[in-house]
Amino acid sequence: MSAEALARPENRPALKAIPVAGPREQAGDRLFRWSLLLFALSVVVLAGLVAWKLIAGSLMTWKAFGWRFLFSSAWDPVNDKFGALPFIYGTLVSSALALLLALPLGAGSAIFLAELAPRRVSDVCTFLIELLAAVPSVILGLIGIFALAPFLSAVEPWLTKRLGFLPLFQGAPYGVGMLAAGIILALMILPYITIVSREVLLGVPRPLKEGVLALGATRWEMVTRVSLPYSAPGIAGAVFLSLGRALGETMAVTMVIGNTPKISASLFQPGYTMAAVIANELAEAVSDLHLQSLIAIGLTLFGVTILVNAAARLMLLRLSKRHS
Amino acid sequence: MRSYAARRAVNVVMLSVTAFCAAAALFSLFFVLGYIAWRGLGALSWAFLTRLPKPAGEAGGGIANSIVDSAKLVALAGAIGIPVGVLGGVYLAEFGGGRLGALVRFCADVLNGVPSIVVGLFAYALIVVPMKGFSGLAGSVALAVIMIPIVLRNTEEFVRLVPHALREAGLALGVPRWKVVLRIVIPSAARGIVTGSLLALSRAAGETAPLIFTAFGNRYWDSGFLQPMAALPLTIYTYAISPYDDLHRQAWAAAAVLMIFVLAINATTRLALRTQAMEAR
Amino acid sequence: MKRIAILSTLLFAAPAFAGAIVLNGAGSTFGYPIYTKWADQYHAAHPDVQINYQGIGSGGGIRQITEKTIDFGATDGPMTDAQLAKGPGKLVHIPTVLGATVPILNVPGVKSLRFTGPLLADIYLGKVAKWNDPEIAKVNPGVKLPDAPITVIHRADGSGTTYSFVDYLSKVSPQWKTKVGVGTSVDWPVGLGGKGSDGVTGLVKQNANSIGYVELIYALQNKIDYAAVKNKAGRYVKGGLASVTAAAAAARMPKDYRVSITDAPGARAYPISTYTWLLVYADNPTPQGKALKQFLLWMLGAGQKDAAALGYAPLPANVRAMVKKTVEQLR
Repeated sequence: MSAEALARPENRPALKAIPVAGPREQAGDRLFRWSLLLFALSVVVLAGLVAWKLIAGSLMTWKAFGWRFLFSSAWDPVNDKFGALPFIYGTLVSSALALLLALPLGAGSAIFLAELAPRRVSDVCTFLIELLAAVPSVILGLIGIFALAPFLSAVEPWLTKRLGFLPLFQGAPYGVGMLAAGIILALMILPYITIVSREVLLGVPRPLKEGVLALGATRWEMVTRVSLPYSAPGIAGAVFLSLGRALGETMAVTMVIGNTPKISASLFQPGYTMAAVIANELAEAVSDLHLQSLIAIGLTLFGVTILVNAAARLMLLRLSKRHS
Repeated sequence: MRSYAARRAVNVVMLSVTAFCAAAALFSLFFVLGYIAWRGLGALSWAFLTRLPKPAGEAGGGIANSIVDSAKLVALAGAIGIPVGVLGGVYLAEFGGGRLGALVRFCADVLNGVPSIVVGLFAYALIVVPMKGFSGLAGSVALAVIMIPIVLRNTEEFVRLVPHALREAGLALGVPRWKVVLRIVIPSAARGIVTGSLLALSRAAGETAPLIFTAFGNRYWDSGFLQPMAALPLTIYTYAISPYDDLHRQAWAAAAVLMIFVLAINATTRLALRTQAMEAR
Repeated sequence: MKRIAILSTLLFAAPAFAGAIVLNGAGSTFGYPIYTKWADQYHAAHPDVQINYQGIGSGGGIRQITEKTIDFGATDGPMTDAQLAKGPGKLVHIPTVLGATVPILNVPGVKSLRFTGPLLADIYLGKVAKWNDPEIAKVNPGVKLPDAPITVIHRADGSGTTYSFVDYLSKVSPQWKTKVGVGTSVDWPVGLGGKGSDGVTGLVKQNANSIGYVELIYALQNKIDYAAVKNKAGRYVKGGLASVTAAAAAARMPKDYRVSITDAPGARAYPISTYTWLLVYADNPTPQGKALKQFLLWMLGAGQKDAAALGYAPLPANVRAMVKKTVEQLR
């Protein structure tokens, strides 16, 4: 789905002018409607199948560990002890880091593109930024390994010297680690945040903006007092959508995060994410419990992304209500 | 209230900051593209594009089978995913006002949000284990699952954009609803549907994670869909984490090939969409 | 309609070679270089057989052959009895070559370090955390060691290289045995994880002051410095063909070939040596099974000549004769 489509109001009135299934519906029409429905329902079946496969495939783990699976940090294939906490932690921290980096940058770009730049310039820039969203994640991972990690391992000692009193910036400069993962993820979600936010900002009613300008506000005041508050739910929606992407991102993160199931305060240290551990260990999990625990992590990730996406939809819905 | 001059100053400073943000976003794009071009284009050669891989550690070898197999994988994924997505999307736009439509929309959003690695896990459990073998088929199904929600929601958007007047004109002439949809509505939205499907194809072409436990990788030509198949992103991944400098060079060259392909599709389709939007205005 | 028919035959057609047989194998990255080499050579001599080998880790080889998603698995850590019992048929271990797991180093300005087994265990336990630790200095007199933290690198995935490495550490360090244990993947006390031997080599190359462990060939091909390890007889030995063969000679081969030759006796034996095995079903009456049997016979004959050039030791003659009998009994 294009980012613009995402930003568009979802609950546009559905073709009320034409009766959907009036009494005069012909046999051919009914057949047509039902066969289309069949295809539409296959989506429901697919979503159900995914959920079912994930639940059925992880029963053993839930039986063995129960809820503690989510709060235990043991990951010991030798003794068949498994817990998802380090992966949940790594996923949340790397995604939060990505948002922290991408949100100001993305929102700033969106403000520039929506409120300042001439329409033509804005369109060209948006087009280019959309292209950034199309870069396959394995390629970003490649750049992460060969350009970002060496760069970071050169920069990290300097950061440790200046900011080492914070636990965030301590430890050996590996290059690969939580920080590298956060930066690569930020690069991936930056276009989403920028494009959706720009679209939302462009939707702020003109009269509102012109009103404050006429009252003598500067452009920046107009942005902070009118545009941003008005479009806040939409921007929040963009943030949640990007968060959904970041949480589930696999390849680029696997390639730069260091793949170590440890919880550590420092951003320089390696970590692990839910998606990455599945990618690394699924094909080679020897014991059944190990395999089922990986699927249980998949189920957890599935659940979290549904929640985040639902939150995003809710925000965009609120915005479209405001429009109508 | 601060003085007017102070407010003006804040205004100028903050607006310049936003311009800087936009410049940084654009810079990141140019950096990514430039870096791939710098590392990748130099390593490209005719032999690289037309040869099979060599055993690990021997210099030379190419990615011909990865390119061909990637095209086959994505083609089958499209053959499965596009009809389902387009027809489902037409349903949503034309008849999906009720609760059933809301359910389909919700499930499409759920599917769209499923991390690609989980889709791969799903295809592994659904196809690889019962069929007792890694296969291109499993890989294509995984890619199709990724494509379906994208094509579906995109089709819905574009079908909805078709003006009501067109439908009403058809119906007023006594044309049955199904004919109106097939002959008038879908053709009017065709450009949007096609470009949306192409974007979904290009997204599928760049996916790696769902292929690790499904398509699996292959070192030869001519693998059928019931055999393991190579894929360009998969090859990039295995080469990138390898220790051989020559394979790193090949990974960059393969990345350049993939990037050219993905960018070409994206640029042309988005440009086409944009001109359409201009005409509509 | 016709076009669709043509398209679908094109898409689903088995290999264009009439009667070509594809053997899918997966597992050990330790054996990846020689298995892909053999695949290439065997295909050149027998164009009707394609062997598609993917290095996904020994754990993967075991899991996937048990699921029967591949025709043969490959592992460097023998399967346990419990694992063997789970398979749908009788699985046979076929030794192919011998290899050495070597500690690889990237310490600027330092060449050719020496380690004892307990010292390696302490580094991987995190007890020895700096390069200028007195423990390291003691066994490396005269070497100027940097005052830098040790970046420990290990495998992130299930691996036979890991198996032979931790199997050795368990034999020489009681603390390792109780705290970590032996397996194709373990709960590492410290360090960074890389995927595959490739990933570990890559991480060591990219990180100064790091130590990792890989199969010898990965060290040789990447020209990475690797260390000597003190063997049971008290000598410092580097991994190599002669020292691996010496370790193999000291061990007695059981009937099912599941043998550990780490910490072997013998003055010239390298202590982290191991056999590597292919896993095949004893009963496999399919065309794939027959082709696989022919390939295994070729591997025991002509194939063994490729081993040395890739840094593996070929099977000792007596073992080779023994394995040949086993392969001939495959159905």
